Amino acid sequence: MRIEVNGETAYCYTNSREIEADKPTVVFIHGSGMDHTVWTLASRHFARHGNNVVSVDLPGHGRSTGSPLVTVEEMAGWVIAVLDALDISDAALVGHSLGSLIALECAASHSDRVRAIALVGTTSPMPVSDAILDAAEADDHAAFDMLTQWGFSKRHQFGGNRNSGIWMIGNTLRLYERSGPGVLFHDMRACNEYASGTDQASKVTCPALLILGAEDRLTPVRSTRALQEAIPSPVVEVLPGAGHTIMVEAPNAMLDALHKVL
Amino acid sequence: MAGPDYPGLDTLALHAGAQPDPATGARATPIYQSASFCFPDSDYAASLFNIERAGHVYSRLSNPTNAVLEERIAALEGGVGAIATASGQAALHLAIITLMGADSHIVASAALYGGSHNLLAYTLPRFGIETTFVDPRDPQAFANAIQDNTRLVFGETLGNPSLDVLNIPAIAEVAHAAGLPLMVDSTTTTPYLIKPFELGADIIQHSATKFLSGHGIVIGGLLVDSGQFDWEASGKFPTLSEPYEGFHNLIFTEEFGPAAMIQRARKEGLRDFGACMAPTSAFHILQGIETLSVRMNRHVENTRTITSFLLEQEQVTRVGYPELEGHPDQALAKELLPNGCGAVFSFDLAGGREAGIAFVDALSVFSHLANIGDAKSLVIHPASTTHHRMDAEALAAGGIGEGTIRLSIGLEDPKDLIADLKQGLRAAGKAAGGSR
Repeated sequence: MRIEVNGETAYCYTNSREIEADKPTVVFIHGSGMDHTVWTLASRHFARHGNNVVSVDLPGHGRSTGSPLVTVEEMAGWVIAVLDALDISDAALVGHSLGSLIALECAASHSDRVRAIALVGTTSPMPVSDAILDAAEADDHAAFDMLTQWGFSKRHQFGGNRNSGIWMIGNTLRLYERSGPGVLFHDMRACNEYASGTDQASKVTCPALLILGAEDRLTPVRSTRALQEAIPSPVVEVLPGAGHTIMVEAPNAMLDALHKVL
Repeated sequence: MAGPDYPGLDTLALHAGAQPDPATGARATPIYQSASFCFPDSDYAASLFNIERAGHVYSRLSNPTNAVLEERIAALEGGVGAIATASGQAALHLAIITLMGADSHIVASAALYGGSHNLLAYTLPRFGIETTFVDPRDPQAFANAIQDNTRLVFGETLGNPSLDVLNIPAIAEVAHAAGLPLMVDSTTTTPYLIKPFELGADIIQHSATKFLSGHGIVIGGLLVDSGQFDWEASGKFPTLSEPYEGFHNLIFTEEFGPAAMIQRARKEGLRDFGACMAPTSAFHILQGIETLSVRMNRHVENTRTITSFLLEQEQVTRVGYPELEGHPDQALAKELLPNGCGAVFSFDLAGGREAGIAFVDALSVFSHLANIGDAKSLVIHPASTTHHRMDAEALAAGGIGEGTIRLSIGLEDPKDLIADLKQGLRAAGKAAGGSR
């Protein structure tokens, strides 16, 4: 569905259902340069299991209009504005990569609106290499290539998708290619500059789940120690064989893990 | 700025889509010869049916062996996904019925494989899908033939039988300007010789029976989606951009983004028309693809040797190979097909029908049959076989003479192929002499 948020059209995938006040809500937030389609399997699953699902396209992404937002804090404010527009009092937030930082920020700054968070392919801080930032700023295809290749585990460079017939490297690359000029750069810079993640993590009061790829090369498991220590009593699931693009590389294991907090 | 390197074609041909078998550790992709797959529990079953989990339900819809082949061809072509079908014809049909219904129209090259021509010219009109055939060498002819109800532009990378080189960039531009996708049949070229998606094509069809499998032992087809065409922006493809009642009002572009077309083809076309590939066929095709580059390189090398030999023969009045002087597409071939123009071509023998028949009957290394793309060299005389119902005038309109011979050059030692051809030429000469 399309709603108006801050004067722009915000697209939210809802599994073609209306939001029902008596159902719990799960909000899915995609990562840099992506859109809601990365969550199709998971959002369909939680919709069938009695939830409102709201899988957003961040401003300037997918079907949402407007310019991409600049900071994680702004993006978190936008997610809360989406909840307001849909008249949803609180929700569980599932975010991937940049989306995980947005979910974390929401949980810390708007704790009354967030009943659980699941951070997928996450770490904090989330530094981005100059090579990626420079290429993204120049709208150079090399940025898509770097993120696509490093975004999958080494074994998944050759595919092995359990979702039949889909070449996940190609599909991810096409999603990046569909993003508008400058969108990826704004997203990557927001990740790079979000310095308060571990401080904010210590303020989280809701149940928190970290789903990590054992072979993640962009946000390696070893880099998540500070975040794991900052969040009070997180549940941590490390998925064997998966890289950073966990929704695609390990869709079933991710779904099973999500059930631990959702 | 250069990004990191993706695996090369040869590496993908061996590895894409495959992981050592998780159940047994088998290095080769196992043949999962099973109609159905067990569900751990009822909720898991429901989640598979509702596209919530990745996995297999029933081998008409998907199968683990086929899935490896599908990923492999999608990787080799640089697409988002693929579907393995019962034959190349099934792949063409699957693409068409995914994109359109009755009262639709296709613009196609007139230089098509006979089976494709039959489907478009005779069969689909009964179901309300008409085709206008145009000169494959004339992009403007494609533009002129596009109607309000046109939904697809279609051609072969190398046309049949004259090896017209399809100007993919120019024809893609024509199609895209009209909000239409370009689909190409790349059977004779394979990803080793041309990468149609990099040139602007949107969908690729293969008969995997030919060079991809490479050994003449299996029938199969592949449909590959580039994920580059914007179906919503076009506004002409409600099967992809509007709710589908046959799957709880799912909108494919909304839920699958770049993979909308290939997902609809699986969820509807494969489900309802059922032209799936047998897992054993997928296994055979995978074995062929592992050696694609090595074979295609040798196919082309042998073809160049044979065409050079034929050019020197007095009885041979024409050799139709795009790399040769005099072929109308020589310059385009050099640009689009630098690694070669495949291993199937035709040539004309002096002496007409009798010479052609005598030539074919005298060969012993070349096999006389109706196929192409085998490791073994093949020959056929179209005027007495595939096109036997046509008179001389009709043959000429199709670019075929009574003395035309079609060869599919295999991987044998070229000296043995030349010796065999010499034998055929001697017999043809005698037949031509006798008929004078």
